[in-house]
Amino acid sequence: MRRTPRETAESARKISRRGVMLGGLQLSFAGILAARMQFMQVEQADEFRLLAEENRINLRLIPPARGQIFDRNGIIIAENAPSYRITMVREDAGDVQDVIARLSSLVELDEDELNRALAEMKRSAPFLPVTIADRVSWEDISRIAVNAPALPGITPEVGLSRHYPMTTAFAHVAGYVGPVSERDLARYEDPEPVLRIPRFQIGKVGVEAKYEEILRGRAGAKRVEVNAVGRVMRELDRREGEAGADLQLTIDGRLQDYVRARLGTESASVVVLDLEHGDVLAISSSPAYDPNKFVRGISVADYSVLRDNDRRPLASKTVQDAYPPGSTFKMVTAMAAIDAGVIGPEDTVWCPGYLEVSGRRFHCWKHAGHGHMNLETSLRESCDVYYYDLALKVGIENIAAMSRRLGLGIAHDLPMSAVTSGLIPDKAWKLRERGAGWVIGDTVNVAIGQGYVLSSPLQQAVMTARLATGRNITPRLIKSIDGIETPSQGGESLGLNENHLRQIRRAMFAVSNNRRGTGYGSRIVDEAYRMAGKSGTSQVRNISAAERARGVINNEDLPWNRRDHGLFVNFAPYDNPKIAVSVVVEHGGGGSSAAAPINRDVTLQALFNGDPPLSAYPSKDHERIKAQQERLNSERQMPKTDGNSRA
Amino acid sequence: MSYLEYSVKTVPSGLRKVLYLSWPLVLLLTAVASVGFLMLYSVAGGSFSPWAEPQMKRYLLGLTAMFLVAMVPIWFWRNMAVVAYLVSLALLVVVEFFGSVGMGAQRWIDLGFFRLQPSELMKVTMVMLLAAYYDWLPIRKTSGILWVLLPVILIMAPTFLVLTQPDLGTAILLVVGGGLMMFLAGVHWAYFATVITAGVGFVATVLKSRGTDWQMLKEYQFRRIDTFLDPNSDPLGAGYHITQAKIAMGSGGWTGRGFMQGTQSRLNFLPEKHTDFIFNTLAEEFGFIGAVSLLALYVLIIVFCIISALQNRDRFSSLLILGVGLTFFLYFAVNMSMVMGLAPVVGVPLPLVSYGGSAMLVLMVAFGLVQSAHIHRPR
Repeated sequence: MRRTPRETAESARKISRRGVMLGGLQLSFAGILAARMQFMQVEQADEFRLLAEENRINLRLIPPARGQIFDRNGIIIAENAPSYRITMVREDAGDVQDVIARLSSLVELDEDELNRALAEMKRSAPFLPVTIADRVSWEDISRIAVNAPALPGITPEVGLSRHYPMTTAFAHVAGYVGPVSERDLARYEDPEPVLRIPRFQIGKVGVEAKYEEILRGRAGAKRVEVNAVGRVMRELDRREGEAGADLQLTIDGRLQDYVRARLGTESASVVVLDLEHGDVLAISSSPAYDPNKFVRGISVADYSVLRDNDRRPLASKTVQDAYPPGSTFKMVTAMAAIDAGVIGPEDTVWCPGYLEVSGRRFHCWKHAGHGHMNLETSLRESCDVYYYDLALKVGIENIAAMSRRLGLGIAHDLPMSAVTSGLIPDKAWKLRERGAGWVIGDTVNVAIGQGYVLSSPLQQAVMTARLATGRNITPRLIKSIDGIETPSQGGESLGLNENHLRQIRRAMFAVSNNRRGTGYGSRIVDEAYRMAGKSGTSQVRNISAAERARGVINNEDLPWNRRDHGLFVNFAPYDNPKIAVSVVVEHGGGGSSAAAPINRDVTLQALFNGDPPLSAYPSKDHERIKAQQERLNSERQMPKTDGNSRA
Repeated sequence: MSYLEYSVKTVPSGLRKVLYLSWPLVLLLTAVASVGFLMLYSVAGGSFSPWAEPQMKRYLLGLTAMFLVAMVPIWFWRNMAVVAYLVSLALLVVVEFFGSVGMGAQRWIDLGFFRLQPSELMKVTMVMLLAAYYDWLPIRKTSGILWVLLPVILIMAPTFLVLTQPDLGTAILLVVGGGLMMFLAGVHWAYFATVITAGVGFVATVLKSRGTDWQMLKEYQFRRIDTFLDPNSDPLGAGYHITQAKIAMGSGGWTGRGFMQGTQSRLNFLPEKHTDFIFNTLAEEFGFIGAVSLLALYVLIIVFCIISALQNRDRFSSLLILGVGLTFFLYFAVNMSMVMGLAPVVGVPLPLVSYGGSAMLVLMVAFGLVQSAHIHRPR
């Protein structure tokens, strides 16, 4: 078949025309491709670069070391102790079951924890370490280290875990840390990313919680490059974090430890204040709990034991419980009256055993009556009628004002949980809160620290400290932060007449040192350390008129939780006041019997900075005190020192 | 026979043919292949194994094949066109029943030392067949309805077989390549207008068939379309690959992250980084400049083919050269479009650069045909 030249020429033309056309289309499309490259790689390059960096770079936080807490002498209260755990990397282990079988022949593995770990291992990437045992002992860790070649993929890891070496002694003060909860996160507007690290712990109560931001420090961060499945390829850079600042408390650890041992299982509180700066030397609520249990995550059983104990070990009674101050309030009533000029120290009031006010009888504790009473004798023997009379003369508003000047009815700013402000009632308060007018009987009740008046053991100590110094002593718990001394607050003069204060102090001295004083049984005989105090008893129940007629039931005959609270406050030494001590023994009976002996022991312990010589005690007590000292020394956690006397 | 028209005396013979080879084309092909070696070396983390070394061996094999094919007179190849087509078709049938399964599709025959993909072979043999057909067909019959129907059947037969593998990418390439061959041969405009209209209607129907009893594509193919339309809809699933590919591409910027410094490919964020998505590695590591340079090399090859075809007065040679150029163009245009997010991911390799034996060998043989047509052109 031959093709004509015309045909051939025509076909060539057609091919060239359409070939050129298609060629043009191809080149145009290549142009589109080039434009697309330009758009993606030049116009949008920055966005894509960012996405690529986000892909490959992971920010890993390095949790900061938490600040430690020390007592005023540098004894550790809260530290970061090494804690060991065992982790396993699936891809290194090979046969997981086999390795675990070999591991469990060396150390005891918790069944639940192990099952959880195996489940986690199945879910997560093969190169990620999974914890298979936590809080392993050092012995177990060394056994694993020795057998490392037989345990591929197993790594013993060391981390830091909060530890409280003094266990119960500082439970209510230092508090404890625990894992971050959803509630904790909700408290912050924009929670720090470090809080989202698994197992990260923050302060839950006490100083640990109140100084959380300072103790926590700042997290460091490292940027690592990861591949598509999340395996870390290399570390790009690292910014070191900042360890938390150390805190030093004003508390004397040895004294605190002594107080803990002295209180034993009693449901009681002790506060010791230094009168120079208002330093809290000891603040102890008994019974206490072991904060280390909370760090590890307390078991439900352990927690319910603490919760259901009727001596309330979880409560920080020193600051969060408010009690009727009872007769310890009489100094306030007297100070208000003398300050207002309604009575002089030597003016007397006749006590017939009761006072009748608008048709109602208010009894003195002593039915037969005390007879003529002046300031000193009334305080010494704790005559009620004298103070009824004073209160009626001076009025509730003056008493309330004096209470507040002496530190009652206001919340002192201590970094502990739930610090109460107590309650000092006045007319406005009653109208506002109870919707009723103030009646004269209310004033009479307040005069002896009953009725509406409530104060915490801490407030009692502050009151005593202010009476002893005439200065605006304000309690301080934090001595220094990161080595920088925290300034003490207050300390200026209260502007009270020094002469009047001296009268009150002399009356308090009589309470402890006069043969007829209610605190005489718990006196200090060493003249350089003598104390001045006041007992108080606050009723837990109302005594009906019928019972009063039959004769009031003795405390010993009542069930424990119906007995009176015993209170005692004191300062010492009388001639040169150094410390103020407040003791409340819940349901302990009378203050002079239940609380005063503790005041004396704690006072001497604080003044001598260790066990005092027996000569400080009255000779009839020597045998008993000696036995007690020996018993307590065996129960104390810290070696006692015969340090320098504080006085 | 039309080769009698050639003034045979002016055609070079013997070893002198080597001098008449288009050496610029050899250079261009080698340059493109070298880009491939470089990138395969890079994605292997700076190693010749497992990809760069076999690829180089294959290229040498391909180059040898190209020379051998080029030495044989073009009229021999025209006479072999029908045989080549039938062999390819037979292999497609064989692969349908005995082929190895990879990526959910039956695509290759394992020859031991080599995995042959008959669908790749078909791309070239179909171009040969259609060029021979229109060389044989008297020109005035070109647009006759029966004479149009015949090549359509010749195109659709292998397309159907490829589609059942299923390999959508190759099927599209076969249909488009074949259609363009018919267009070049001078088939009347009206046919193309009709087919394009019908095609659009067909695509609409296919898309509508989704979820019905007569669903015409597999679900994964529908998902690819969905992902193409909105890759962000499923960024961790089906859209992950294309999203990561675009990130790799875009993050290259003007000059790239540097050789072997591409984080997307090195850290495995980029999928199929040695085959279909190798262009993204290039774009990431050498940036816009690198990507455009490769495109320029491709364009130069196309331009060479067009010029060579226009200069060739033989109808078969002319159609063959344009057809090979078109096939080559469709390869890189579809691949680049899909890795840049302009087209669905259909699994078309980047010619001469992507790791893979069949495509490279077939393309080198095709360029051997181009060289043969070039050497043996009537003067």
